[in-house]
Amino acid sequence: MTSPTATAVSQPAVYRVALAQIAPVLADRQRNVALHLEQIQAARQLEADLVVFPELSLTGYFVRDMVPDVAIAPDAPEIRELLEAAGPMALVLGFVEESPQHRFYNTALYAEGGRVVHLHRKVYLPTYGLFDEQRYFAAGDRFAAFNTARFGRMGILICEDFWHLSAAAVMQAEEIDVLVCPANSPGRGVDGPRVRTAETYEHLSKAYAQLMGAVVIVVNRVGFEDGLCFWGGSAVTGPDGRTIAQAPMLDESLTLAAFDAAELRRQRLITPLARDERLLLTIEELHRIKRNRYGN
Amino acid sequence: MATEPSTGDLAINCELVTAILTRFIRAEIRRAGFQRAVMGLSGGIDSSVVTFLAARALGPENVLAVTMPYKTSSDATRRDAQAVIAGLGVRTVEVPISGSIDAYFAQFPDAARLRLANKCARERMTVLYDQSAAFNALVLGTSNKSELLLGYGTQFGDMASAINPIGDLYKTQLYPLAAHLGVPADILQKTPTGDLWIGQTDEGELGFSYAEVDRLMVLLVDRRWRRAELIQAGFAAEFVDRVATLIRRNHYKRRMPVIAKLSPRTMDRDFRYARDWGT
Repeated sequence: MTSPTATAVSQPAVYRVALAQIAPVLADRQRNVALHLEQIQAARQLEADLVVFPELSLTGYFVRDMVPDVAIAPDAPEIRELLEAAGPMALVLGFVEESPQHRFYNTALYAEGGRVVHLHRKVYLPTYGLFDEQRYFAAGDRFAAFNTARFGRMGILICEDFWHLSAAAVMQAEEIDVLVCPANSPGRGVDGPRVRTAETYEHLSKAYAQLMGAVVIVVNRVGFEDGLCFWGGSAVTGPDGRTIAQAPMLDESLTLAAFDAAELRRQRLITPLARDERLLLTIEELHRIKRNRYGN
Repeated sequence: MATEPSTGDLAINCELVTAILTRFIRAEIRRAGFQRAVMGLSGGIDSSVVTFLAARALGPENVLAVTMPYKTSSDATRRDAQAVIAGLGVRTVEVPISGSIDAYFAQFPDAARLRLANKCARERMTVLYDQSAAFNALVLGTSNKSELLLGYGTQFGDMASAINPIGDLYKTQLYPLAAHLGVPADILQKTPTGDLWIGQTDEGELGFSYAEVDRLMVLLVDRRWRRAELIQAGFAAEFVDRVATLIRRNHYKRRMPVIAKLSPRTMDRDFRYARDWGT
């Protein structure tokens, strides 16, 4: 038996997400704004409800000593121009944020209705192997989810954040419906059918989607910077762990994915993992570990 | 009995590697404002693979393969290079270097063989850079990862280039890639040589085979096995030490010249920009 008055049923439930798998120009904000405007326009023509750009989409990845030169505030004219162009479509994009204290963050913003609703400052700045982010960026200090007008509760994890189980656990505790991961993932390992890094992203996306009962959207850039190959392969994964849409490997594309919000309800009925989470138990256990490791 | 280290560590998906490297060549050439590439084609596997990749990436009309024989270069070498050029339809020019090399060494008739070899490599470099200016192109490098690690190359000679598509592939990995790309079988089957003097072979000079050393280096360098672990896996201690020493001693060849720091911002120390800055 279902209730005829259930409001969830009467809301439009199918959303269209455009994955803007671009190759930004390194440290040329003006050309990147133009590239964003093109993609926004194309996404609107596809009647997308949300367009997602990769990490640092306004600047490119290896910004290094250019960080202070390309940094902007979240209310900068460039961003206002893009929000205006997006019109009714929501958007996620990445930029170098300069705080009033002149700290520089690797930030992603979510905007809808022409205003910035949420900023996520990348917490885990990889500084090993080919990465050197802590040299240039200040680390964010929170993983907060936020409510959106149309897509339910959303969380953003930028690239390396996505590789930390604790970050995903916080997102689950936040009871999100949609997890967005803008990435700049360089490929390593060429012995398999795809670059190895792509395999890892797929495994994580499927695991998180199923464990949280949420939609997972990963948008990775393409192109090369100083020999690094960004492999693209952006994807949307449904709460049952199935891939809803998959952008091509290595090449630029604007891929449209449609997901039915009703699928969240169905999956959570079948496997109510988030319902059964023992948040207080987890917190208590973390406190115990904290006491043991750091004292009272 | 020694454990056989996994040969799987050197496995590559040739289709994936080709997809990446052709895009790499295209992206790097075009972001610098060029459409064309030039390379020295010796008729060996390394330069043949680079020529095949460039022809795929840019179209054969945008590729200039330069052959630069010295008087001791073998006929077989020339034939193999011609087979690559004819097969791909790339542009070509032959610039013999005997005249300039011999003119120089007329003044130093007692110079050791290694000086001649290095001079030839650097002569070819200057020819390539000049041809790149004439052809409005960038120079593609043809040094593989084995050579770069072991220092088996001439600094500012064959190691010089604008971009190097194969510098992260071991010699052993170039064979399946070459076969995948359609490099003629004669080239795949012959013994690697710098062709700098009659009878020269890479493996004769190095004292070990690429197959052996690549198996060791992929574990030592890429998978970061420790010395004791390599010895336990069956590699002779002297071999491990010799290779580790070669890698360390030749590191200078892989770096820009060291600059004495005086100012607040010094190239490569605290003046840090990507080479692809603004493109």
